[in-house]
Amino acid sequence: MKILRPLIIFIALIALWQIIVAVTGAPHYILPSPGRVFTALGERSDTLLGHGWITLSEIILGLILGTLLGSISALTMGYFRPARQWLMPVFVVSQAIPVFALAPILVLWLGYGMVSKVAMATLIIYFPVTAAFFDGLRRTEPGHLDLAQTMNASRWATLKHIRIPAALPSFASGLRVATAVAPIGAIVGEWVGSSEGLGFLMLHANGRMQIDVMFAALFVLAIIAVALYYAVDAGLKRLLFWLPETKTNET
Amino acid sequence: MNSTSENNAFSVSIKASRLAFGDTVLFEQVEFELPAGEWTCLLGPSGVGKTTLLRLIAGLVPDAENIEVSCSDGQKLSGRAAYMAQQDLLMPWLSVLDNVMLGARLRAEQADKTRALDLLARVGLVENAGDLPAKLSGGMRQRAALARTLMEDRPVVLMDEPFSALDAITRIRLQDMAAELLKDRTVLLVTHDPLEALRLGDRIHVLSGRPVKLDEPLTPLGSTPRDLHDPEVLKGQADLLERLAAADQEVAA
Repeated sequence: MKILRPLIIFIALIALWQIIVAVTGAPHYILPSPGRVFTALGERSDTLLGHGWITLSEIILGLILGTLLGSISALTMGYFRPARQWLMPVFVVSQAIPVFALAPILVLWLGYGMVSKVAMATLIIYFPVTAAFFDGLRRTEPGHLDLAQTMNASRWATLKHIRIPAALPSFASGLRVATAVAPIGAIVGEWVGSSEGLGFLMLHANGRMQIDVMFAALFVLAIIAVALYYAVDAGLKRLLFWLPETKTNET
Repeated sequence: MNSTSENNAFSVSIKASRLAFGDTVLFEQVEFELPAGEWTCLLGPSGVGKTTLLRLIAGLVPDAENIEVSCSDGQKLSGRAAYMAQQDLLMPWLSVLDNVMLGARLRAEQADKTRALDLLARVGLVENAGDLPAKLSGGMRQRAALARTLMEDRPVVLMDEPFSALDAITRIRLQDMAAELLKDRTVLLVTHDPLEALRLGDRIHVLSGRPVKLDEPLTPLGSTPRDLHDPEVLKGQADLLERLAAADQEVAA
């Protein structure tokens, strides 16, 4: 049933899509039928995979960089009190700026290549990771800190052996959110200016009224996003082996 | 056991001046002593300030100026007292064995695994050494915490209601175990349970009133852990319950 249920949902959605196309009689350049999209998927698979690979690389590089930078920021703020007092307001204000508004500037500064998209994805991932991890670091069980103190632990040892592991569940929820939004960063970056990637392919197909290709690109993007989410989720479950098994698949 | 602490036991005397939260003065000029190698119990109703006092003694309150803790050997207490709380405080990501050896890990020392396993055997958990704490029952977890406290091998042990979250039968068993394993240590046990104080304490101070007053200590006879059927224990429990009830009314008034 675990595998069967998503499959049934998938088939039902495709059927619903087909019914809508049939009932409304929408022209194929507005809403192509599932059949047309799957044909496009098959015929253009090389192009789709090539552009999909570019977008996936941007997202993964963004995830790695964003997680790394976010963790460093959270740890710095968690460990050095002055850093917290100086950085926290900057962090809060910067979080209020919509990252999408920065896309044209990033493209201007970093060019039409992959770098500006990776920067976009990094930014979008950085905030949830930093916020969640820092929050976790701040909320260590006070009793655990008391215990560490009576055991003559240094601040560093307490951070390493107690505060960081205790903050990992918070870090994990931040990273899950980040993984879910990461593709947005890469795609928006590609829309603003690029010559490769699924975002570029969608705009390109749109301009040529190849709506079936647009939908096919969207389909590939959805698969990338879902696969990435489940991969990260599986990795995090392994990292947090001590947490009771949660049924995230069913939520 | 290669315990060095039992040979050079020292007594600890505590002088706490004023401590207030807002307008509420918790205590003023409280003085008492932890005689070397004995169990001293602070017995009082909830909210009387027992935990605060213990945390002050343990040095867990930063910049505390209102307490003076001096040891009979002239050295500081800080770094020489082990701490056991009401919660087991086991790290959920470490195995039972690693939890027992947590102190060494935090001090970047080499942990004595043989000794840790020996202590786990003494609290009946050697079979569970590799388990995560989540697999253990409440009583087992507190036994692991006891082993961790013993692993620290400190001359002084500060305990903050360590058995109060357990069911009655488990509590009695753990009291017996702790009394045996910490027999010759200088122990401060904070509790709200008169029976616990009477079973384990060499000296019992009753905390009452606001600000807290410390009565002359009771010194029950006989060796600990005292028997549950001991008429002295049962009578003492009735007396103490009455005193606590009176103290509780004072606080509420």
